[in-house]
Parts: sequence; C-alpha cells; structure tokens
Amino acid sequence: MEAATTEATRVAPAPPPKVTERAREERKLAWMLCAPAVITMLLVTGFPIAYAVYLSLQKYDLRFPDQKEFVGLSNYVDALGSSTWWGDVWNTSLITIVSVSLELALGMAIALVMHRAIFGRGPVRAAILIPYGIVTVVAAFAWRYAFDPASGFVQGLPLISDTAAPLTERGGSLIVIILTEVWKTTPFIALLLLAGLALVPDELHEAAKVDGANAMQRFFRITLPLMRPAILVALLFRTLDAFRLFDTVFIQTQGANGTETVSILSYNVLINRVNLGLGSAVSVLIFICVLLIAFFFVKVLGTSTAQQRGEV
Amino acid sequence: MRVGRVVVFGALLAATALAGCGSGGGGGGTPTLNWYVFKEPGGAYDQAVANCNKQAGGRYKIVYQALPTDANQQRELLVRRLAAKDSSVDLVGADVIWTAEFAQAGWIKPWTGANRAAAVKDRLVGPLKTVQYRGGVWAAPFTSNTQLLWYRKDLVPNPGENATWDQIIDTAIKKGKSIEVQGNQYEGLTVWINALVEGAGTPMVSQTGKVTASDKAIEDAARIVRRLATTKAAPAGLGTNKEDEARLGFESGRSVYQLNYTFIYPSAAEVTTPKDFQKRIGWARYPRTVADKPSRPPLGGINVAVGNYTKHEDVAFRAALCLSQPKNQAIASEKGGLPPTSEAVYNDAKVKKAFPFADELRRSIEEAGPRPVTPAYSDISLAIQKTFHPESEVQPSDVVSKLQDRLDKAAEGKIF
Repeated sequence: MEAATTEATRVAPAPPPKVTERAREERKLAWMLCAPAVITMLLVTGFPIAYAVYLSLQKYDLRFPDQKEFVGLSNYVDALGSSTWWGDVWNTSLITIVSVSLELALGMAIALVMHRAIFGRGPVRAAILIPYGIVTVVAAFAWRYAFDPASGFVQGLPLISDTAAPLTERGGSLIVIILTEVWKTTPFIALLLLAGLALVPDELHEAAKVDGANAMQRFFRITLPLMRPAILVALLFRTLDAFRLFDTVFIQTQGANGTETVSILSYNVLINRVNLGLGSAVSVLIFICVLLIAFFFVKVLGTSTAQQRGEV
Repeated sequence: MRVGRVVVFGALLAATALAGCGSGGGGGGTPTLNWYVFKEPGGAYDQAVANCNKQAGGRYKIVYQALPTDANQQRELLVRRLAAKDSSVDLVGADVIWTAEFAQAGWIKPWTGANRAAAVKDRLVGPLKTVQYRGGVWAAPFTSNTQLLWYRKDLVPNPGENATWDQIIDTAIKKGKSIEVQGNQYEGLTVWINALVEGAGTPMVSQTGKVTASDKAIEDAARIVRRLATTKAAPAGLGTNKEDEARLGFESGRSVYQLNYTFIYPSAAEVTTPKDFQKRIGWARYPRTVADKPSRPPLGGINVAVGNYTKHEDVAFRAALCLSQPKNQAIASEKGGLPPTSEAVYNDAKVKKAFPFADELRRSIEEAGPRPVTPAYSDISLAIQKTFHPESEVQPSDVVSKLQDRLDKAAEGKIF
C-alpha cells in the first residue's frame, strides 16, 4: 500500500494515483468509525485541558468575580517563584521514587512467585491482587487507623513504642504514606511483570542451564534483559500515577508535617481557596511534569508499546 | 424495533427532564425549597423541616438535602453549586465562618425590612455577629456552639472561671495526665488558635484580611501551643487529633482536661468503665490566655441563609425564619445537642435538662471570640493552620513573621 503510493507520487502527475474506489471508500469508512471516539476524546480531554490553560492565564477568584482579568503568565511566575511549589515537587518526587523502587523490587519477587507457582496458581494470584482491588480511600483510612495511637494495633507490636504517633511527624508520615502506596499498587506492577515473564522462552533458560549458568546469572543475563520493555512500561505507568498522588495523602495527613504533594497544593488552591486562575496554573504545571516524565521514559529509556508487544 | 426502543428512551428522557422542571415548581402548585445543610444524626433538622412544612400549610415545601458533617466538604459542595448559579439552592445551612465569603461572592441574599428584624430578634450577641457583614444581615442565626473546659471532678479541683492555660498545663503535668485539644491540621486548629489570640485581647484579622492582632498576642498563643505540645501534658497524637479523637482520649482516662464541644457530655453517659463516668465530669469556662483578660471561647454554629439564585425568594425567607425559630432551636438542643441562638430558649425546661451547663454555655456564647469575618476566610484559616502545625515545632520567636508572610500571600492570591 505504502509502496504503491510512493511510486504513484514519483511518477505523478501523468497517471492518476492508483487508489481504487474501494480503498477510498474503506478509508472513509475507517474515519467515520473512528470519528465518534475522536470527537468524544476531544470533548472530554481536549476541551478541559484547553480550558484549564485558558483559566491559568486569568486572575480569577470565584469569590471576587468582578476582579477577573487577563494576566498572562503571572500565575505561572507566582507558582514557580514560590518555595511551597518547589517543596511540594520535592516531597512528591521523594514519595514517587522511593515507593516506585520498592514496588518494582517487590513486584518482581511476586511476579516470579506467581509465574513459578505450581499448585494453587489461581488462589495465589487472587490473594496477591486483593490490595489492588481495595478502594484507595479505604486503604488509606485502614493504614491511618492502624498507626493511630488511639485505635491502631501497630503500637502494640514489639519494638514499637506504645505511644508512637508516626502521623504527627514528617518521617513517620512519609513512611506510612509510602507503605500504603507500596501495599496498594505492588500487585499492579506484579501483574505487568508477570505478563513480561511470560515472554521469556523456556528454551533460553534450558540452554543457559546446559551451558552451566546458575540461577542468578540466568535471572540477570536472560530474564531481566528480555523483560526490559515490560519493566519500563510498568515503571512508566506507576511513576505517572505516583506523581499525581492525592487520595492517600489527603486522608492520612492532608499535607501536614511537610507531606504536601503537588496534587494537594492544586486542591488547596483550586477547590479550597477557589482561586481558579492560580489553581489552573498549578494543574497545568503538574500536567507538564507528567509530560516530562512520560517523555523521559519514552525517548530516553526507549519504552514503547511496540517493545511491549515484543515487535522490536 | 430498534426505532421503537429509541423513541421510548427519548420519551423517558423527556419525562425525566419535565419532572425535573416540575420539582422547580415554576408556575402554580407548591414550590419546593431545598435546604442544604449538614446531616444532623439526631433527627433534629428532619423534625424542624417537618414542623415548618406543616406550618406552611401548602405555601412551600422544604426538602432536607443532607451535606457531609465535615465543614470543609459542606462548603466545597455548596460553593461548586453556587458558583454555577444553581437555582436549586434555595436555603443554605451556613457555617458561621462562611457569611462574609458567600455574601461577598453574591451567593446569598441580604436580609431587609421585616425579615431582617425578625431574623435578629432576641438573638445572643455572639451568634448575631456571625450573620453580619459590611453593615448587612445575611442569614438568620439558628444553632450555636462553643467549647467548655471539661475536667475530671474526681482527679482535679474545679479550675474556676479565671483559670489560665498555664495553670491547667501545670496541674496536668503534676497529675501525669494530659489535656485534650484539636491539633490536627484542619479547621479545628484554627478554632483553637483563634480563641487563644482573642483571649490575649485582640481580634486576629480584620474584614479585609489584614492582621489586627498584636505581635504579643500571637506570640502568647504560640507559647501556649508549644508548651502544651512539648510537655507531658500533650496527649498521644496531638497533631492528628480532631474533636472525636479528643473525646475518645478523655473517655479512656488518659486526660484530666478536655477542650471540646457539648456533644461529649451525652457521649460520656455511654462510657462503661467507669460506669459513672458522666458524673465525674465537671465543666468550666474556656481557659484564659493571659491572666488579666477574660477568655474568649470559640464560636460555631449554623445560620440559615437564602440562596441568591432561588426562584422562590419570598417563601424562602419565610421558610428560613420558620426553620430558625425558637421552637426548632429547642428541638435542635434536645435532639442534636446544638445550643440555641435565642436568649429565651435557654430558659426552656427541656433545654435546661439537655444542658445541665446551660448557664455556662450561654455566657460563653455571649462572650465568645468569633473567627475572622472576611471573604477570604478559607485562605486565612489555611494560613493559620500551616503556621501552627505541627504544634511541637511552633516557635514564638518567628511565628509572627511566618503568619504575616502567609497572610500577605493569601491576600495577594499567591501560593503559600
């Protein structure tokens, strides 16, 4: 098809392009079939994004509607010049990096277990997936109450002080938030990695075994390199998710004790202070951060869905 | 066949849409008034609605639209509707701290003439201040609330009218017990800080959002907060406790004092160990910040306002007056434990029975130090919370500059 078009272009203008009536009709039909999806996507994602960008260029506080005016990039200057924004970016990055690393290590271990499980494969997989099936808000409450000195059981465990109140100070709060995140989303990573493991042919392992490679060598030299696309996709998804972390922090600390994330900041400005202009600017900045992360993964680390399918 | 189904579906849609209009009650029939107010678990608001619907005799019908119990969430839901000019918001059960914001944004209607006179008639001074903004009246005071100093009669002496924070902290340390307060980073912390600053003699912020409290008053408040948080008088989890955690802590016996609302009293009757727990509880006025000035207890409560976009303005005002009338205030006291705003209701026998501490309650409400009345209240509250949390890290030496910096940024609409 492509070759035909190129040839047609080269010999043009003399003979008409060799696109048959049927092919043209099919292409038209394809566009018509796609159209509802494209239009819906434009309406539900394109429009809100464009509107947020438009709002972010305004001075617009819902409580003072008369003072609405166009202020250009001044909201962005405010946000980027504020130590709160950079502090929150740091908090968010810290939580993201630590939790995603832990999730990757644990997820890999769990994926290997699920892959190798000989008996009870179904129950093992189901049990591992339970945390992922629990609503995030519920999970966040469960962990908060577990660590609360009045209602929690954690203080009763050995080696932990009876009056420990981790959610009242920064280190403790960060640990509880990260634990909740890891507990909740490790199954997700494990699932994606399990799919990647299935791509590694058994013959390679057997051949390596014959050549005298031990289990460690087989894992690092064969399994990991072949799983690279799956790992990168899992990391990409989780990093993007973790960077937008909101619910766990909102339930457990509301951003107190220096645990405020960029999403909590956006909520405070946009929903609590109803400052639509500044809040939208913060939201757009978060969007740009997410784009940068995605760009880094796709361009620098070379993640792609084609790789995931094993086509490259 | 398929066409038939589409037609039926379309007809259903149209019918629903029409029904939607009908409930708005454009012309003829009984207009429906939606009252958005928090979900009162005791059934007091349900009964107030039922009373008024009966009293209205078909002139209007109030429908109780329950909001969450958390004040922040109530506000978020209402603000979203009002900012979109939702005409279904006829009556608003407004927290005392929303008046200025809602009035300034044009979300609620001002009260004038006979309605205004009826709304403010015989109300206590404290609650009255919470419906006033820029010389206008914006709601009818309905229920009120304040905190008392609850103490264990069996463990510590009556602290009396003039106790200071320092004295009760000393006593608690001596007994090896703690003092329950609301220290989480949320509105309850603002309530505490505001009472401390007001108790030092100056209101915290003006209507335009400028700091009016003296440096000394803010530093005094910071000193007390820090002292409570860093001594043995601090309960476990001070920085995460809200009203209910404080109540539970007090009921567990770890504390000899508690600063909290009146709901803890009926709850104390349910405590099983010791069985006579409620009888061991005494009450006194909110403690003083400085020895030579009377304390200014916190002030909460719900006022009934009329939404600016309602299609039934006349009856909405009448319904608001009906809901907030003394009879319904008495029901709210009895069933919901919510103190009245009308002076006379405090002498009602049922109210006296519900509140054995009615006299103390009334005096505290009358002499309360309301939180700032300013349209940017939520910004200011957030700035206060961020400055005074975590409590153990508050430094009297730099608290004024930190608070000032955040309030300036709030006033300029910047990030803090």
